[in-house]
Amino acid sequence: MATTAYPLRARRRKAALKTAAFLSPWLIGFSVFFAYPLISTVYFSFMHYDGFRPPTFSGTKNWLYVFRDYPYFWPAMRNTLWLVVVMVGLRVVFGLGVGLLITKIKTGTGVFRTLFYLPYLAPPVAATMAFAFLLNPGTGPVNSILEKTGIPAPAWFNDPAWSKPALTLLALWGVGDLMVIFMAALLDVPKEQYEAAELDGASAWQRFRYVTLPNISPIVMFAVVTGVIQTMQYYAQPLIAGKVASGVIQGAGTNFEPGYPEDSTWTLPQLVYNLGFQRFDYGSACVVALVLFALSMAFTALLMRRRGGLIQAGD
Amino acid sequence: MPGMSRKAAVALAASASIALFATACTGQSESGASDDASKETTINFWHGWSAPSEQKGVKELVAGFEKAHPNIHVRIVGNMTDDKVNQALRAGGDNAPDVVSSFTTNNVGKFCSSGAFVDLNPFFKKAGIDPDATFPKAMNEYTQYDGNRCTVPLLGDAYGLYYNKTAFEKAGIKSPPKTWSEFEADAKKLTVTKGDSYTQLGFMPNYHGWESTTEHIFAQWSPTYFDSSGRSNLAKDPKFAAGFTFQKKLVDELGGYKKLEKYRSGLGDEWGPKHPFHTGQVAMQIDGEWRLGMALDAKPEFEIGVAPMPVPDDQADQYGKGYITGTIAGIPATSKKQNAAWELVKYMTTDTDAVVGFSNAIHNVPSTLQALKSPKLKYDPRFKTFLEIASHPNSPTTPASVNGGVYLVTIQKFGYDYESGKATDLKAGLERTARQIDTDMAQAQ
Repeated sequence: MATTAYPLRARRRKAALKTAAFLSPWLIGFSVFFAYPLISTVYFSFMHYDGFRPPTFSGTKNWLYVFRDYPYFWPAMRNTLWLVVVMVGLRVVFGLGVGLLITKIKTGTGVFRTLFYLPYLAPPVAATMAFAFLLNPGTGPVNSILEKTGIPAPAWFNDPAWSKPALTLLALWGVGDLMVIFMAALLDVPKEQYEAAELDGASAWQRFRYVTLPNISPIVMFAVVTGVIQTMQYYAQPLIAGKVASGVIQGAGTNFEPGYPEDSTWTLPQLVYNLGFQRFDYGSACVVALVLFALSMAFTALLMRRRGGLIQAGD
Repeated sequence: MPGMSRKAAVALAASASIALFATACTGQSESGASDDASKETTINFWHGWSAPSEQKGVKELVAGFEKAHPNIHVRIVGNMTDDKVNQALRAGGDNAPDVVSSFTTNNVGKFCSSGAFVDLNPFFKKAGIDPDATFPKAMNEYTQYDGNRCTVPLLGDAYGLYYNKTAFEKAGIKSPPKTWSEFEADAKKLTVTKGDSYTQLGFMPNYHGWESTTEHIFAQWSPTYFDSSGRSNLAKDPKFAAGFTFQKKLVDELGGYKKLEKYRSGLGDEWGPKHPFHTGQVAMQIDGEWRLGMALDAKPEFEIGVAPMPVPDDQADQYGKGYITGTIAGIPATSKKQNAAWELVKYMTTDTDAVVGFSNAIHNVPSTLQALKSPKLKYDPRFKTFLEIASHPNSPTTPASVNGGVYLVTIQKFGYDYESGKATDLKAGLERTARQIDTDMAQAQ
């Protein structure tokens, strides 16, 4: 028995080692870049740590501070959720709309595709500064045109009610990434299905609803999930827009708290920076990072579990 | 497909958070003033100056030091931001700085209380230098926290009033205002409206008006930020309420918050040649001594006047004072060459000729009492106003706090709410803001 069992165990061990060897690049990467930071973040969220002195256990102090006393957490949470719902939703709809239009037109497809895709390549900081210039309430060309045509001109990045819509406009301008993937998905829908629907007398809307959408629903799902994750990491654009509009271009020794105007552009990633690197409160920064992580996971799980309705994960 | 998608999405969601978890870094302060400063050694000096003329000034300053201390060589690393400095302070290592300068005094409290910078009191004592007799009062104050002098002033900034002399003459104003009531009257006289905007604004009172921040404006009242127990004094010191009330009145009188904000949003930025004072769009501006050189470089079509900022009417005898801040220098606790580093710090911040030479090169206010009086100082006659503000015994600064400049930002945030009309109950707002400051400080301890 022993003589036959030993080679079997050895073979199994060898196979396990081989599997581990093949998995090791991923395992190492996962451990170093995900597991360790995640465990550390949980650990530091219960510690008082300023980056200079050794961390000391502080219990739930950081959690209470972030949820109860830190004045920017709830505005940032509201802003982030607003952006997740409105900005992501509009980007998906707009990206799909542009993709549909470009796949339908007969001439100039290449030109339009390039024109819609190019803004996506603009660096976020430069694009945001350009938008802040265009939407400047005092001297911006957009408001000049609106005023000349008698349309009330909003203060855009200088008005708490318009700052997020202005950021959404900026995001829609850079919708080229979604346009490209939607175009690919739309061109992949079998033509026979459209022909069959037409023969059955389906209207344009019905063809879109019952042929196009079910076929591209995995791509819609992909766009929504990646959009939500990107929005959870939304940092540069609101920060730059707030800075430019507030006029505080951080000179030497200038105090600058993001969120201008009136906390309307705070997002959760900005809080991580504000707490960790401006206030030296790493523990509280870790709490916000964990909230972001939990939110990302929750949104993703919610979207992936959704089986009915328009958007379905393809089987 | 669904399984793969879910895994992919989970992986994506997870990786989205990775960057945010990078805050989990470690690093501890160590102290080690055991090096022999008389031996051959090389130290790293990090500073934030970036303009070519400024870099040249730093090189000349360091060259003077190396001439006086031929055994100590200095590796200069310029254009360092506070973020990079903070990272280096935590990391340590051979390439980490032995001497650091920072443009902001806001983090002094954190640097001192956390031990990130070494306490320089023993070094001063050993060198026989009395800081109280060496540095102007305000500079002496903002370089220490709770008795720990972990930084030293390395040139200073004094805030005064820049005014458009041509516009003053046109408006029939003979001299710069000395009290806030005179200032208020002049600001109104100098304001020329055009439709829903202005062709010239007397003064931009909004707290986003470049340097017209709460701490710079309120300095003229000399308020006390913290009581003896270290708690916020915001709601208790009537000088804060007076400052907020005066500014709000000025905002309303000059056209209201929205109109002023709209005008401000169309003006040039603070650090460019189109600054509204340079272009004549704003007739009076609170600013630091550096504005004079910038304004002259922009070649404005009017004569520039300089004066101290006005004071409250009941403090007329203190006219001449102004807000003081400046660049600081310190020795990181991670430095293994603290004695050699001290020699450089001592030379740069206390040697009168070195301070004067550096001030001439950088066009900042000298940071020692001797240097402020030095005949070797070269300056535009108008710059003298800033030297006098820096030497004025009543010139205030903002105190170092355990969580840096967070309390200043919190006060400023309330200022935004109050000037815009979002907050109307000043007393309740000040009390709420004071509680927030205390809570933030408790969190940092």
